[in-house]
Amino acid sequence: MTHVKRLGAALQGAGTVFLLLALVFALILAINPGFFAAPSLMAFLKQAAPLVILAAGQYFVIVSGNFDLSVGALVGAQVVIAARLIDGEESRTVPVMLVMLAFGIGVGLINGLITTVLKVQSFITTLGMLLVLYGAIRLWTGGAPTGALSDAFRTPGRLGIQTPLFQIPWALLIMIGVGAGAIALMRTRFGRILMASGDNELAANRSGARVDTVRTAAFVLSGVSATIAGILIGGFAGVSAQVGEGLEFTVITAVVLGGVALGGGRGTALAAMAGALAIEALFTLFNQMALPATLRPAVQGVIIIAAVAYAARRRIRPALQSTATPS
Amino acid sequence: MTAFTPRPRIGATVAIYLALAGVLAVGGAAVAADGGNLFATAHLVDMLTRTSLTGFLAIGMTLVILCRSLDLSVGYTAALSSLVAATTMDGQSGNVPLAVALVLLVSGLIGAANGAIVAFLKVNPFIATLGTGLILKGYLDTEYKGPAGDVPFAFQQALGYTRFAFIPVSTVVMLAVAAAAVWFLRSTRTGHHMYAVGGDVEVARMSGIRTTRVLLTAHVLCGMSAGLAGLLLAARFGTGSAEAYTNLYELDAIAAVVLGGTLLLGGKGGVAGTVAGVAILAVLDTVFNVMQIDPFAKDVLRGVVIIAAVALYARRQLDRTARRPRFAAAAGRAS
Amino acid sequence: MQTTRLALAAAAALGLLLATGCTTDTPTEPAEEDASTAESGDEWFVQAEYDEQLAQRDIEPEGDPDTPWLQAIEPEWVDTSQFAREGGDATVCFSNASVSNPWRVTGWITMQEQVKVLQEAGEIGEFRTSDAGDDDDRQISDIQAFVDSGECDALIISPSTTATLTPAVETACASGIPVIVFDRGVNTDCATTFIHPIGGYAYGADAAEFLVDNLEPGSTVLALRILPGVDVLEHRWAAAQEIFGDADLEILGNEFTGGDAAEIKNIVTQYLQRGDVDGIWMDAGDGAVAAIEAFEDAGKPYPVMAGEDELSFLRKWQETGMTAIAPVYSNFQWRTPVLAATMILKGEQVPSEWVLPQEPITEADLDDYLERNADMPSLHYAKFGGEDLPGFPDAWRDR
Repeated sequence: MTHVKRLGAALQGAGTVFLLLALVFALILAINPGFFAAPSLMAFLKQAAPLVILAAGQYFVIVSGNFDLSVGALVGAQVVIAARLIDGEESRTVPVMLVMLAFGIGVGLINGLITTVLKVQSFITTLGMLLVLYGAIRLWTGGAPTGALSDAFRTPGRLGIQTPLFQIPWALLIMIGVGAGAIALMRTRFGRILMASGDNELAANRSGARVDTVRTAAFVLSGVSATIAGILIGGFAGVSAQVGEGLEFTVITAVVLGGVALGGGRGTALAAMAGALAIEALFTLFNQMALPATLRPAVQGVIIIAAVAYAARRRIRPALQSTATPS
Repeated sequence: MTAFTPRPRIGATVAIYLALAGVLAVGGAAVAADGGNLFATAHLVDMLTRTSLTGFLAIGMTLVILCRSLDLSVGYTAALSSLVAATTMDGQSGNVPLAVALVLLVSGLIGAANGAIVAFLKVNPFIATLGTGLILKGYLDTEYKGPAGDVPFAFQQALGYTRFAFIPVSTVVMLAVAAAAVWFLRSTRTGHHMYAVGGDVEVARMSGIRTTRVLLTAHVLCGMSAGLAGLLLAARFGTGSAEAYTNLYELDAIAAVVLGGTLLLGGKGGVAGTVAGVAILAVLDTVFNVMQIDPFAKDVLRGVVIIAAVALYARRQLDRTARRPRFAAAAGRAS
Repeated sequence: MQTTRLALAAAAALGLLLATGCTTDTPTEPAEEDASTAESGDEWFVQAEYDEQLAQRDIEPEGDPDTPWLQAIEPEWVDTSQFAREGGDATVCFSNASVSNPWRVTGWITMQEQVKVLQEAGEIGEFRTSDAGDDDDRQISDIQAFVDSGECDALIISPSTTATLTPAVETACASGIPVIVFDRGVNTDCATTFIHPIGGYAYGADAAEFLVDNLEPGSTVLALRILPGVDVLEHRWAAAQEIFGDADLEILGNEFTGGDAAEIKNIVTQYLQRGDVDGIWMDAGDGAVAAIEAFEDAGKPYPVMAGEDELSFLRKWQETGMTAIAPVYSNFQWRTPVLAATMILKGEQVPSEWVLPQEPITEADLDDYLERNADMPSLHYAKFGGEDLPGFPDAWRDR
């Protein structure tokens, strides 16, 4: 019974994000129909892919009742690691990618273990990790990134499969792959335990689920997603000192916009990723509208609050009706 | 209601002050090994000065976190407050009372807006205050193209630079506000209710607490304490600065609150601990400076210390509350 | 009950403190109260400063052109004999705003290498530093800590923001030690010397004039900016607006990028999707290569471009042969403050405002600068001016 209700609620929460996405796209269409020509749409999806992938990773962490504030710093660290270790040598591309993957998994594992074993609230764990990564990576490179990326490294983020009419970006294919994987994973036993651990830790624990293990795994997945996003962002635009800065807040916003509840237990991976797409579309809309750059944060803030409040209202109403007891 | 009387916290608060003493001892020893003296007057002044700004922000933040809320907009509120103060004062000492009143009004209103969005619109506080922060950022970037206003010299001196022996006025004011907050939490009904709301909002509501009003009060007070931080910034800068928001003061404040033993999940903790948390961060800052630690190594160390300290508290808490699992299930609902 | 006792104790402690003495760190009231109004307006554009900087570009600086960090444009020499001291063990303190971007990282390395040379030569003793991480309030504390320690024989300050650091710098001046301000200024002339390249207006104008000269009338220009509200950057944009205002160019927009390459590439790609972009103006070169790549990926011809003397841009410029200029905000200025400190501690004259030359890198000297910096990594600045220091090239290459 509650299950059915919760499913309905989740869908309704998610409904808001698809509504927002449709609205933003409609506005872009009204301003600039040319945006929906294949090449520019592909370009949009290419640059949106990293955030969507990060949203998938963050979704696992949030749905299990935690936060991961370290992803922005991790993306930045990964790009800098790649540049320094590859140093322009094509042959090092794959080994370095493996090193990056190991690093991403390692950071996720540390986040997960500190949170679950040492019982440090994830907000603090990952805030601390953010500081550590930010400082350590600059200590290692003397303050600013060094080295260079190889062409092969840049391929996934920058290039694609050429068709007669347009180019299908590798980033888009990777995004679809990661997205499908995330959705599939949530349908497995792992996904159900993850959801349960965020929904009701106590009940999940009593039912014999390994709550700590799945939560740690969620952090590892987030670390992996930051690695993939790092490969795509580094590939897309190359190395800069500021890469990744502030991404953690954008991605958490995206996931919440997708109707995923902070605190866990509610929301779907698909909607979380749609939230990321909606945020990217919103930025594109601002650009297309030539909205003064200084005003954009304010408009973004209003829209985010409004969208989440709207979703919350839709969620609360049926709940209120069903529990309306005279008191 | 007695269930939420914060008396058991005293033991925990003592532990946090012990941690502060430990940090001071280790820092002092490290500095001494380096050939310095951490407890020289200049360094003491430095440590205390560094407590004031984060202190103001963290006191307000403690209140909202106790209610299981959060305020990520305090840095922006402080920046706006510094501008409101400096432009209202406009170099005239006579305008100071008006400016202070206006700052408290504006920052209180921002807090009220945060509270209303969280309490009535049911938006998760993380998103709600991130959103109001963005709105304030947009306003600041559009309206102020840099520092503006002029703080009269008397006010700069009074709040920003004067000190009694080695204790800066700003620290005294901060401690006074902290004392008021401690009294508020321990001795007023609304203060007690904050613990109840943070503990379990449903239980609190059922026991007759007007939870939205409590939440709103916490946010208004948090906004006003950010306003005080803005006044301090104005006094220190001699002008108002929109750029102040870039320093992520909100994260410093949250770190200080958690270091001070207040649970991010709400319902447990207090301002006395927060003051110790603020002091720990300030001591670290001074020690790192005195020891000439590389700025990037500072970030690493700060991150490690924050995690390690909270892990130690968590261990204590685990021991004590092992038989009393907390309201984990309510975590999702509260949002 | 407990609170009352606490309050009593607090009151007693306060009384005791009051009795032991009440001090203040701002010793003197500034004579003219309008000192801080100069910069406090909302507008960034000051015609007189703009005119002065543009004129300074054409003035031959005094001093040896081989050591541009010791050159000065129209210096007014001031006597520093009151600061002269015996022995080479002076403690020099440096309050740094931050090392949060590659330009500052490069300069900071240069400064440290210069310090080593001076220490080995026995000109200065200890060199103490603090880093405020771009936080004005923290930097005020850092400066106060140096002053309070009483151990600094000279204090170098690189302020994080102009207006907000003014009271702290005045405090430092009043303590009687020589104060050297560089890079960004403060709204007081109490410092013994203020060292800076010509400035933001000249930088923005160099870039804008190049675009005006090299683009057909009616061409389109996109302006990419880092952040709003930072004076050195706002001056660059104000100068550019002044020049674009008189030219027949269409300014498509000015966008804030945070200097993030991905953001830059994304924004430029979007503009290209809607139409042609003939020129790119940047207020700082961070991420310039990403902007160029956006043109490559969209299959559009290279724009006329104003970047900066950052090496990845210079290399891309040479590789593509595009029409470009690299305006320079002279990174070698990081050498000057420590040298000035030693001069002041010897009682030698220094310019009260030490304006260093600031010349853009053009097509003509591009190859020369790339050759001189052949070993240097990306995100290094060509005009760093440390080639003659013993740590070269390792200190910069292996940073």
